[in-house]
Amino acid sequence: MTAIVAIDAVAKRYGKVEALRDVGFELEAGKVMALVGHNGAGKTTLMKLMLGLIVPSAGSVRILGQDPAGRRGAAVRRAIGFLPESVAFPGAMSGREIMAFYCRLKGEAPAAGNALLERVGLGEAIDRRVSTYSKGMRQRLGLAQAMIGRPRLLLLDEPTTGLDPALRQEFYAMLDTLRADGVAILLSSHALAEIETKADAFALIGRGRLLACDDLPALQHSVALALRITVRVTPCTTGRVLEAVSGRAEIEARAPDRLLLLCDAAAKVDLLGRIAQLGDIVRDIETERPNLDAIYRALLARQQEALS
Amino acid sequence: MNGALVIAGQELRAGLRNRWVLATTLLLGVLALSLTLLGSTPTGELGADPLAIVVVSLASLTIFLLPLIALLLSFDAVVGEAERGTLLLLLAYPLARWQVVLGKFTGHLAILLVATAFGYGAAGLALVIKDGRAAGLDWQAFGGLIGSATLLGAAFLALGMLVSVLVRERATAAGLAVGIWFALVLVYDAALLGVLVAGQNRLLSADLLDALLLINPADAFRLLNLTSAESARALSGMVGLGQTGRLPLWALLASLLGWTLLPLCLAVAALGRREP
Repeated sequence: MTAIVAIDAVAKRYGKVEALRDVGFELEAGKVMALVGHNGAGKTTLMKLMLGLIVPSAGSVRILGQDPAGRRGAAVRRAIGFLPESVAFPGAMSGREIMAFYCRLKGEAPAAGNALLERVGLGEAIDRRVSTYSKGMRQRLGLAQAMIGRPRLLLLDEPTTGLDPALRQEFYAMLDTLRADGVAILLSSHALAEIETKADAFALIGRGRLLACDDLPALQHSVALALRITVRVTPCTTGRVLEAVSGRAEIEARAPDRLLLLCDAAAKVDLLGRIAQLGDIVRDIETERPNLDAIYRALLARQQEALS
Repeated sequence: MNGALVIAGQELRAGLRNRWVLATTLLLGVLALSLTLLGSTPTGELGADPLAIVVVSLASLTIFLLPLIALLLSFDAVVGEAERGTLLLLLAYPLARWQVVLGKFTGHLAILLVATAFGYGAAGLALVIKDGRAAGLDWQAFGGLIGSATLLGAAFLALGMLVSVLVRERATAAGLAVGIWFALVLVYDAALLGVLVAGQNRLLSADLLDALLLINPADAFRLLNLTSAESARALSGMVGLGQTGRLPLWALLASLLGWTLLPLCLAVAALGRREP
């Protein structure tokens, strides 16, 4: 399968400031990739590079095999839908008029926008001025314009800001439909816990560099963070548990009826077996894999160490 | 090309929506009407073509007002979108940068054309009603006025567009736009007159004066309207300049077109380098 997005060793400098350095990854059709990074990590810069709005200082960006900043850039952009961070629209126009304008720019029939507005739930507000829209409604209008002309690549910068939980669920359902249609989707998000289960792969960016790019199990494996195990026991028997696991796990927290243990992924089965042998005093065991947030923080910390 | 037309249409629609078109048409119309209806009082009924008188009055009005309107329309074009956060999305659409510049310019020019045609047209209509005749009036001069006013507007729209692409902040663009108007429309002529008077015609040769008049779009417009027709020359008091200045029509038109094309090309180049 050919990659929709192919980024290779890209760097972007603004004067002396290095916004991106040595970033490379690929994204295939029908996949969702999440760009994870703190503010100013370079996520938006990366999206501008993919749109051909800025030119890389080094390396290459290819969308559908073409250079988006090259002579055929406009043709490349026709295949891309883009939702900018904190999207804005001229307030004096209605939703219908704005969609008609963007449809014409993409060479689509102006009426094509109406169905998209229905799809994002703005059907009733279609003839209202955009200045009367709430933040969530503007965000949905932004999503609707990104879907004009059946794009093959969607670039969504913070798509769920301003959406309430119900709308977020609808958004992720829409994402699944688009993915099933073979659209490649790249989205950036701060809501790591939320995006963890929705994306196929994660590109973690810190200070303009790609810290890691893989799916969650592979990230968990490669970062090799300790598993967190919570053991609930009958009161005042934690000592027996500590005896059983001594030397095999670190104790993160201790209460009369509860222990929080940290252990290597490889030692997990052995450790659980030992705890199970304690019999009746164990009431419950919960194991927790390191989440995306923990992985990102660990990778950032390692980068900080490597730099200093 | 299609993308440029879509943007032009949107600019015109926005101009109708935010009352820019209405306001400028009314402003030009009211001023033109008052010039027309009051204009015959000072001249009396001398038998001069009344429409020619109106054209001379309107030309003077146009020199001051139209550049200002054009600059106010266009200074916001790019920097305003950048500040409101809509430029990034617009450029992410399948458009070349020249289409953005040309589209916005065309849309603004359409707004100006509507305003001058309707505003000055109202004055012409009032004259016909007052005078009771339409045939035999100097309609050619009137048409020339609307056409040259459009050219003048285009030149200042292009200058405003260039400013809008070059600067980072809307307030800077507004200041520069007013500065351009002040320099080219007000100060330039006063300075030229000062040098002429102080130098007693010796500092400036006739050729140099011609060149200096030619490189200012406002003066090119003035010469185009006030010296082209015989009747207008007599009425405008530009007899002297019209005779010493032997500037042909094509040179005046070329000046106005040059002032339009050069800033537009520079604006396209500058927008191409601008990183949103």
